Amino acid sequence: MKRKFERARAENAVMTSVLYVFGISALILLIILCGYIIIKGFISFEPEFLSFNRHGIGNQFFNTVYLVFLSLVISAPLGIAAGIYLAEYSKDNAVNRAIRICVETLSSLPSIVVGLFGSLVFIEYTHSHWNLMAGALAVSILNLPLIATTTEDAFKALPQAYKKGSMCLGATHWQTVYKVMLPACMPRIITGIILAAGRGFGEAAALLFTAGMSTDINWGQWNITSKLCPLNPFRPGETLSLYIWVLRSESINPKASEIADFSGAVLILLVLLFSVSARLLNHYLDKKSGMTK
Amino acid sequence: MKDKTKFNSAANNSQGGFLNEGLWKIIITAIGIAVIGLTLAIAVFLAVKGSATFYKFHHSVFEFLFSSDWNPQDTEAGGGNVGALIFICGSLITCFLALALVTPFSLSVALFMTEISPRLGKRLIQPAVEMFVGIPSIIYGWVGYTVLCKWIKTVFPDKAPTGMSVLAGSIVLAVMIFPTITTVAADAIRSVPSEYRKAAYALGSTRWQVLSSVVIPSAKQGLLTGIILGLSRAFGETLAVAFVIGRVRAFPTSILSPTYNMTAIIAGEMGDTMNGGEKNSALWTMALLLFIISMFFIIVIHRIGKGKKNEKKI
Repeated sequence: MKRKFERARAENAVMTSVLYVFGISALILLIILCGYIIIKGFISFEPEFLSFNRHGIGNQFFNTVYLVFLSLVISAPLGIAAGIYLAEYSKDNAVNRAIRICVETLSSLPSIVVGLFGSLVFIEYTHSHWNLMAGALAVSILNLPLIATTTEDAFKALPQAYKKGSMCLGATHWQTVYKVMLPACMPRIITGIILAAGRGFGEAAALLFTAGMSTDINWGQWNITSKLCPLNPFRPGETLSLYIWVLRSESINPKASEIADFSGAVLILLVLLFSVSARLLNHYLDKKSGMTK
Repeated sequence: MKDKTKFNSAANNSQGGFLNEGLWKIIITAIGIAVIGLTLAIAVFLAVKGSATFYKFHHSVFEFLFSSDWNPQDTEAGGGNVGALIFICGSLITCFLALALVTPFSLSVALFMTEISPRLGKRLIQPAVEMFVGIPSIIYGWVGYTVLCKWIKTVFPDKAPTGMSVLAGSIVLAVMIFPTITTVAADAIRSVPSEYRKAAYALGSTRWQVLSSVVIPSAKQGLLTGIILGLSRAFGETLAVAFVIGRVRAFPTSILSPTYNMTAIIAGEMGDTMNGGEKNSALWTMALLLFIISMFFIIVIHRIGKGKKNEKKI
C-alpha cells in the first residue's frame, strides 16, 4: 500500500516536471522562431530593398495592402449581412442549418482549392489575365466565414434589452438591427475584420493562379485604366507572400535570399501588428462590457 | 396646419420605414442564401472539372487512387496515366507524421497552461499561441527551407543530400498545426467541470492522477476535435510543404527521402496546363479529392460533437 502511494507521488512529480518542460519549451521555441525571422530579416536589410522597383519589395508591399483592402471591401459587407441573417432573420430551419454547414465548409476549404475555383471563374470565364481583383475575390471567399461568424456571435452576445427597448419605441426590425444593434456590435465586428485582414496578408496559395506572380507598376501613371497604374485593380499584382515563393526559384537576382528574409520579417510584423491590435481591442471591449454589467 | 404636416411627414417616414423593412429583409436574406450558392458553386465546379478525368478521358477511379503511374498528357486527346498514389501517399505520410510529432507536445502544453500554471498560461502562453495561429504559412515554409533543410543536410549528409524530405515537411506542418490543436485542446480541458477535479482530489489523487484519469478522459471529445482540425489544416496546406518536400515524384524510401504531395503538385503544375486537357483534369480531380477529404473531416467533427451531446443526456 505504501509503495503504491510512493509510486503515485513519484509519477506525479515526474509528469508535472515533464509538463513544465514541454510548456516552457514550447513558449521559448515560439519566441525563438519569431525572433529569428524578424532579426534575420533586419540583418539582411539593405536600403535598396525598400525601393519600388525590381530590387525592392515596395511594389509587393503595396499590392499586399491593396489586395487585402479590396478583399475586405467585398467580404465585409457580405460577411456582416450573412451574419445578421443567421443571428436575426433566419428561423431555426433547414436553410439556417444549410448556411451553417456552408460557412463551416468554406472556412475549412484548402486555400489552393479556392485558388483553383477563383482562377476558373474569375480568370478563365471572364477571359482576363491574372489580376488583383480576382485575387481579392478569392481571398474574400476565405475571409467571408470568419466575418460572418464574428458578426453572428456579436449579435447573439448583445443583451436582449437593446432589441426589446428599440422595438418598444416602435422601431421596425430593420431599424432596430441597423440603428441599434449594428452600432453596438461594430467594435466586435471590426475585431473580426482586423483578424481577417491579418490572415489575408499571409495568403499565398489562393493567389498563385488569381493575382499572378508578376507585378509591373509605374508610379507616375495615374490613369486608372492603364495596366501600369498602381490603383488599377485589373492588373497583375504579386503580393509579399507570393514573392517569397517566387524568390525561392529565382536565380537572376543575386540577393534573392536576403530579399526573401526581409519580406518574411515585414510580413510577420504586419500580421503581428494586426493580430495584437485585434487582441487589444477585444480585451478593451471585454473590460468595458464587464464594467457596464 | 403645422401639426398636420408634421403628422403627414411622420406617417410618410413610417411608411418608408416599412418599405425599407421589407427591402432590407430581402437583401439580407438573399446574401445569406448566396453563401449556400457560393459553396454549392465551388462544389459543383470541382465535381464537374474533377470528374472529367473519369468520363472524358476514361480513367477509372481505381487507377487514380491506387496507381502510381503519373503521366497525364497536356492535350485534349489524353492517353496518359493519371495514377496519383505517390501524391496521396506523400500527403498522408507527412500529415500523420506531423500529427504524431505534435500531438504529445500540444496536449502537454494545453494541460500545462490550463491545469498546472493557469496564470502563466492565460497571461503568456495563450496569447503567444493564438498569435502563432496567424503567422502566414509561407513563412514557415521559408524558414523550413532555409534553416531546417540545411540542418537536416548537415546532420544526414548521405541520406538527405538536399535536406528536403518527408521529415522536413512533417516538422514544418507540425509547427504549423501546433497552435490550432493547442487552442482547441485547452478550451476542451477548461470546459471540464471543476467538480470533477475537486472530487478526484478529495479522494486523495495526485495531480497527475487527476489529469490522466479524470480530466483527459472527460475532455476526450474536445481533444479529438482539435486533433482533427489540425489534421485538416495540414492536409490543405500548400506552399509551406511545397518548399521543403523536395518535389520528387517517387515513393519515399525513408523519412529522409524527398517525395511529392497533392497540394504541391497542384500549385506546381496547374499553371502550365491547358484548360480542358488531361493533365488539367487530373489536377482538378486532385483538388476534388482535397475537397472531399475536408468535407470528411467536418463530418467526423460533427459526429464527435453529437456523441458528446448524447453522453450529456445520459
